[in-house]
Amino acid sequence: MITAEQKPIDEIRGMIAPYKRILVLGCASCVAECAAGGEKETAMLGSALRMAARMEKQEVEIEEKTLDRQCVNEFIVLLDDIIDKYDAILSLGCGAGVQAVADMFPETPVIPALNTEFLGETKSQGLWVENCLGCGDCMLYYFGGVCPLARCSKQLFNGPCGGSVNGKCEINPDLDCAWQLIIDRLSAFGALDRLEEIYPPKDWSKKQGGGPRKIVREDQQR
Amino acid sequence: MSHLKQILERGEFAVTAECGPPKGADPEVVLKKGELLRDKVDAVNVTDNQTAIVRMSSLAACSLLERAGLDPVLQMVVRDRNRIALQSDILGASAIGIRNLLCLSGDHQSFGNQPQTVGVFDLDSIQFLQAVRMMRDEGTIIGGDELSAPPDLFIGAAANPFADPLEFRVTRLAKKIKAGADFIQTQCIYNLDRFESWISMAMERGLPEKVYILSGVTPLKSPGMARYMKTRVSGMDIPDEIIERMEGVPKDKQREEGIRICVETILRLKEMPGVKGVHIMAIEWEDAVGEIVERAGLLPRPGI
Repeated sequence: MITAEQKPIDEIRGMIAPYKRILVLGCASCVAECAAGGEKETAMLGSALRMAARMEKQEVEIEEKTLDRQCVNEFIVLLDDIIDKYDAILSLGCGAGVQAVADMFPETPVIPALNTEFLGETKSQGLWVENCLGCGDCMLYYFGGVCPLARCSKQLFNGPCGGSVNGKCEINPDLDCAWQLIIDRLSAFGALDRLEEIYPPKDWSKKQGGGPRKIVREDQQR
Repeated sequence: MSHLKQILERGEFAVTAECGPPKGADPEVVLKKGELLRDKVDAVNVTDNQTAIVRMSSLAACSLLERAGLDPVLQMVVRDRNRIALQSDILGASAIGIRNLLCLSGDHQSFGNQPQTVGVFDLDSIQFLQAVRMMRDEGTIIGGDELSAPPDLFIGAAANPFADPLEFRVTRLAKKIKAGADFIQTQCIYNLDRFESWISMAMERGLPEKVYILSGVTPLKSPGMARYMKTRVSGMDIPDEIIERMEGVPKDKQREEGIRICVETILRLKEMPGVKGVHIMAIEWEDAVGEIVERAGLLPRPGI
């Protein structure tokens, strides 16, 4: 899922300052899962903004709504009937959600309330980690299911570097050395010889190197 | 032609030293360091923004040294350049007469004075080595386009016998040789026992016959420096007895003790099978190199 964290309240207040009627718009998908922009967080942010406005005797109307998915047009159109009531939308969607809503309503400012972080795995309650960079050309087979692109600080495809000590990365003693994990996993199922070969340079055109990416599936189009 | 390569090919025990470029645009700093090393070493290795701190470019500093009649080793890290810039700089380096190249991944950007930058890491050091070898031997760049003239370079790589996992360190050395390394420069050696076990594992795979291994040494200036390197520099293995030796002498004798340890280390490395030379990294202490080389019985340096 996409992970995100809420921006500092002062930064949000600075961005919404010019507007009087604001829709705080949550998203019940990924950002709800990571407790940043779901219905609950949307209600909390709305209340906090109303309270802050009252303290400073500002006349602002702040209402909340949460869509099932902010990044899918079928859900965004549900705003058609109410959009005219607002000067601005404060979105708790990820960066894709913010832009999808903005695309639908070209005349309404859509302001991000979150910092979108990464494609994450929920490791445990309150802990999300980045194990995939969405490179468009999955290499996990070669590396025993541990991605050196996402998890090695130097993105080495032929690691480990000279900074791997006791299974930890040189840049942070809390960080596992991805290459130690790769070697351990490949050893565990007898495939360490896969690493004797030199892994060739990566084709970054499949990631962002080729410009913005899109997927076209004609079989899915109507 | 590379002076370093000729020394090694003749079977002489090679001596190289490191020269860190200044945090400024003054060429005299480089030339002064070059003068301290002239006739003391066979080649001068110029670091590329080491510890991710912005300094005069390695390529420019190498050019200054080359014009002064020294044989520079150009260090290039993949941290700061994509494959277009790397390959372009290699052509430029060869064109201005630089004949040695050391291919490295580079210290991570979070350690330096530009922690908000992005690391490029388009290629890794092994892919980079392979690209340079293809440029030189096949006359082609990545993707297969042909060069009008290939670069003329003696190609080096780094190895750290002290990082983990030990067994895989030798596999990685083998990969670097397969990728194209002509010579290897190791991390600073203080733990000779571990270095010896790494080299004997490498010998079991017949690796020292395929590559010239230059063993790295760094003279210690103080017990504080030793402790710092042990605890703060990853992949650095300094046995407690070395630190105790440094602590056991009065402050005004500490540098002398550091030089003495360094000379003793070189004397042992000289006798070790598979070791073809020594690389002295006297960090901001280039004037110690001459004394170390002399006391290790490595002077005069052979001419060509």
